[in-house]
Amino acid sequence: MTRPHHPQDEPRARAPIQAFGHPGRLVPSEGGAERSLAAVIAILTFLAALVAGAAEIGLTTAASWQQALGREATIQVRPAPGRDLEADTERGAAIARATPGILSVRKVPAAEAARLLEPWLGTGADLSDLPVPRLVALALDPGRRPDLPGLAERLRAAVPPATLDTHQAWMERLSRVAVAGGALAAAIVGLVLLASAGATAFATRGVLAGHREVVEVLHLAGAEDRFVARLFARRFARLGLGGAVAGATAAGLLMLALGSLPARFGPDNDGIQGLFGAVSLGWRGYGAIAAVMLLQGVVAGQVAAAAVKRFLKATS
Amino acid sequence: MNPFEDQPPSVEFDGVGFRYGRGPEILQDLRFTLQPGSFHFLSGPSGAGKTTLIRLMLLAVRPTRGLMRLFGADAGRLAGPALTATRRRMGVVFQDFRLLDHLTLYQNVALPLVVQGYEEATFRGEVLELLQWVGLDREAGTLPPTLSGGEKQRAAIARALIAKPQLILADEPTGNVDPAMARRLLHLFVELNRFGTSVVIATHDVALMDQVEASRLILADGRVYVDP
Repeated sequence: MTRPHHPQDEPRARAPIQAFGHPGRLVPSEGGAERSLAAVIAILTFLAALVAGAAEIGLTTAASWQQALGREATIQVRPAPGRDLEADTERGAAIARATPGILSVRKVPAAEAARLLEPWLGTGADLSDLPVPRLVALALDPGRRPDLPGLAERLRAAVPPATLDTHQAWMERLSRVAVAGGALAAAIVGLVLLASAGATAFATRGVLAGHREVVEVLHLAGAEDRFVARLFARRFARLGLGGAVAGATAAGLLMLALGSLPARFGPDNDGIQGLFGAVSLGWRGYGAIAAVMLLQGVVAGQVAAAAVKRFLKATS
Repeated sequence: MNPFEDQPPSVEFDGVGFRYGRGPEILQDLRFTLQPGSFHFLSGPSGAGKTTLIRLMLLAVRPTRGLMRLFGADAGRLAGPALTATRRRMGVVFQDFRLLDHLTLYQNVALPLVVQGYEEATFRGEVLELLQWVGLDREAGTLPPTLSGGEKQRAAIARALIAKPQLILADEPTGNVDPAMARRLLHLFVELNRFGTSVVIATHDVALMDQVEASRLILADGRVYVDP
């Protein structure tokens, strides 16, 4: 009697024996779920990096404004009945010149002051009948701050219609806006990191549930919890870091492109460039983007490790 | 002279019971001792709880009452590194093989050594030799889904043996192979037992049990009866 034919009887070609390679191979790849997680982290990192970059531009601009304002002060001399405006202006300028720490004193010509009013009064307006004050622009020495309250006091005594504008109110308001903007950006980055952590934990739990049997086989084959935890945590840290690198790179490139826009549209454009100077990130801005990227990678790794440990504790 | 005189029993059950969740107790008041270097068949009708008893001994599940000792240690208290160390003293052959489909047979068999941190250079020859012994050397680079049930079973046995465990727990290890291969595999277990490994084979196969003189643990109605 002939033996029934069985596929096992067919001589099988010898398949090459692959070396074991990295222990990460022990856990099968979850193609779709892993790609989705990397994409979510890339998008979140992109948004967080844009916020961080924009915040850095805002803070740098505010700081440069504050610096510029801090180097200037203005004496405003109002016309007063029975007083000679020109003489009051000259007296105010002389008091300023005599004050240590003031680099230069410039009486703003009446025509220049009139130009400052053009946005409100239109061009060619006759200002002779209006009580337009005269201005004296002071350049302050940043290394040797002058005694501005003392100067204001001396002006008040010698030239009563003159007042000293140190731009202090503007600087304080600017400082508050800058701090609020920075805090808002930090809060948004924090929320994005929180969302990334949630997405990573959710994806890790899903993948672990799908690999429950693999985890059991690894345990029964003698794997320690920390070995199994490392396998999954490393995989998710790599995924998170990969997504974060992609998102941060995209944000960096977008910032670079935005920085080149003013040059592209000509030096006279008065849109964003008019307000902020150039939308270009300095090394601190790219540093902020890199920091967001690293934080995302670290958060993904830590959250995945914690999720794996919880899963292993629950299953053992 | 008994070479295992100073060693504690491999397995000791004293009034052990087990239930899944809040269900009925499926194993009740189990009392038996497996000495080191002993050979046992575990038999009983389908659904008697043979696989659950194997899983208890493997520490895949824990007793819901009673005392279970493995190699002298209270299994109820085993955790962390001590739990892992105890598991490493055992080799298991699952009824459903539990091979990892994304790894080749070679990688599946080497798994216990890889998770224990051995370098591949130290075990490659040994793994290939064992695969040759179970007749799977040609399939070493093959993925499990392309293999027959018998081939998977032999690979699962090779994986259970590769780390030279002190206790082998095999759940129907010859259920999917022809009688000649079953005899060969049984001979492998007997050889290992001769070198001091305790062996527990869960099986229905009376003909197989008749081939080896060994004590029988018979599971019926949730209780175990020892037939020395």
